[in-house]
Amino acid sequence: MDIGAVLETAILQFIGFNACYYAIAAIGLNVQFGYAGLLNFGQAGFMAAGAYGLGQTVQIFEISLWWGLLIGIGYATFLGLLMGVPTLRLRSDYLAIVTIASAEIVRLVVRSVKFRGQFGGTDGLTGFARAYQQVGVDLGLDLAGQYGFWIFTFSGRNLWNLIVGWTLVAIFGTIVWLLMRSPWGRVLKAIREDEDAVRSLGKNVYSYKMQALILGGVIGSFAGMMLALGNATVQPDNFSRDLTFFVLTGLVLGGVAKVTGSIVGPMLFWFIYSFLDSFLRQLIDKPVRIGDFTLIQSTDVGVVVFMIMGVLLVLLMVYRPQGLFGNRKEMAFEGR
Amino acid sequence: MLPSDATGPASPAAADDPGVDAPLATAAESDAARRARAALAGVAPEPGAAKPDPILTAAGIRRAFGGIVAVDVERVEVQRGSITALIGPNGAGKTTFFNLLTGFDKPDTGTWSFDGKDMAGVAPHRMAARGMVRTFQLTKSLTKLPVIENMKLGATGQKGEKWWNGLIPGTWKQQEAEIEARADQLLQRFKLDHMRDEYAGALSGGQRKLLEMARALMTDPTLVMLDEPMAGVNPALKQSLNAHVKGLRDEGMTVLFVEHDMDMVHDISDWVIVMAEGRVIAEGTPDDISSNPAVIDAYLGMHQGRSLLEDL
Ligand SMILES: Nc1ncnc2c1ncn2[C@@H]1O[C@H](COP(=O)(O)OP(=O)(O)OP(=O)(O)O)[C@@H](O)[C@H]1O
Ligand SMILES: [Mg+2]
Repeated sequence: MDIGAVLETAILQFIGFNACYYAIAAIGLNVQFGYAGLLNFGQAGFMAAGAYGLGQTVQIFEISLWWGLLIGIGYATFLGLLMGVPTLRLRSDYLAIVTIASAEIVRLVVRSVKFRGQFGGTDGLTGFARAYQQVGVDLGLDLAGQYGFWIFTFSGRNLWNLIVGWTLVAIFGTIVWLLMRSPWGRVLKAIREDEDAVRSLGKNVYSYKMQALILGGVIGSFAGMMLALGNATVQPDNFSRDLTFFVLTGLVLGGVAKVTGSIVGPMLFWFIYSFLDSFLRQLIDKPVRIGDFTLIQSTDVGVVVFMIMGVLLVLLMVYRPQGLFGNRKEMAFEGR
Repeated sequence: MLPSDATGPASPAAADDPGVDAPLATAAESDAARRARAALAGVAPEPGAAKPDPILTAAGIRRAFGGIVAVDVERVEVQRGSITALIGPNGAGKTTFFNLLTGFDKPDTGTWSFDGKDMAGVAPHRMAARGMVRTFQLTKSLTKLPVIENMKLGATGQKGEKWWNGLIPGTWKQQEAEIEARADQLLQRFKLDHMRDEYAGALSGGQRKLLEMARALMTDPTLVMLDEPMAGVNPALKQSLNAHVKGLRDEGMTVLFVEHDMDMVHDISDWVIVMAEGRVIAEGTPDDISSNPAVIDAYLGMHQGRSLLEDL
């Protein structure tokens, strides 16, 4: 058992690329779910919108990659309107149903044979990230080189992804932090608690909910763009329901309605996930048997890790429902 | 502390509790009260009576839930600058009528106007900007926001409520400071200033009623509609709330409120509208109403009129 190696992997995941694009997605989800109380279970759909917006530029439209930013934002806005227009006047459960379904529809459309010409089918889209990597090269990074110190050594390519990704986290974190300290954020938080009270005070609740849904979705689309750029490819099956719920788990872990929670939560998610995964893999290198019954073997580790994470999440909800950074006092008034 | 004659017979009880003394030194009868009573003196005490200067006029308002006709009001006018009570037994349709007037529910038929402007079909969130604000029978304090944030939410026309301004504190900070100053004044008036930074969830039921009323006033209304502002409030605090409501009229606002406590209705209202089974069955001054046989009938059946009968 090499606990040092286990910790090393986990720490690298803590600050790694996965944590980074999850954090962007969670910052967006936090606007919707944490502050405005909108049950968006389709963040993966918004992420796909951003990723495909970028991916289509070079391969499909044959235009510069940078237009993809606008296209991705446009797709995410359109998706937000599509989900919000029919549901935001209804009870919040409807939004949950519609968002989860919409994200699945997005995934099924982009991977379908019929739209292969637009979205590349199951192969996805590639060949668009060169302009992005070129910026790193222009700034003096050797993409194939090695950078860093001690355990923190990255390839130039990886380092560039981390620099851009964490910069985006900082930018969106700051934007959301500013917004939530403003009167706009106050209206959102009030809507989360009682729409009718807010309405009676002269605020257009529907419009605010739509703004929150779209803003959170657009931020989510940047997470998708980051994923696409980092991998230099867009794959439809990256944007499954799992993604939405992992991001949500990260957010809840960190604590909803807190910017720090939405950033550190996903980092911890990846830390814990990778810790458990490499720990168990080392522990169970050969099948554990009771008599001739195989209790667990190395191929089971993937599933067991998620089972343990589920249990941890339940424990968190019982003993610290506000998450690690959430506000305990706020939680105390739940359901009064 | 005010002299005890300012708040009437119940003020010794109120005086025991430092948090609930009357907010304004209203003399036994203020100018505004005299004016409102004089204007209504010539109005016939009958359902649908026309008022000399109505701020709110409703006609033919009907709302049915399946088989139940919850509201069927032929005509109601509310005199500007008055305190008008809307009373009636449980299920009479008072809250539904409020919901209809404020756009929270849509009537099957009917028209109503506020300040001369047609209000049918106007969305509830547009009412506040026009000067009409309401509170709810079941208090809606936003428990996870601090009291002061609850208050500031009430202010209309906030620049910082546009997201693009929200990003740049410079665009809204000054307005926010003005709003906060106004909120603090109101909190002081409603004796909630010591709770300023607490979460609204930490307030007692009565304090929440006060907060909701104060928050509604942040919209700078001309008509304040209060749905049972006194429900669940202890007698001493009621006395203070009474004074607050009178204070609103003295500042030129019109108050329409729903209440079951006949003593309070008698004490503060200039005019009383009685509903039963969705209809307006009587109107008049508090004295007219307490001697009106139709009202006594309506209440007797529902054994609501204890204090009403005591008045006889
Ligand atoms: N959303 C609804 N669906 C069905 N029936 C309703 C609805 N709202 C109100 N009602 C019915 O309409 C009638 C009037 O109700 P309303 O709440 O307006 O009475 P109220 O005068 O405010 O009574 P209270 O003094 O008890 O508050 C009642 O019979 C009630 O059951
Ligand atoms: Mg009612």
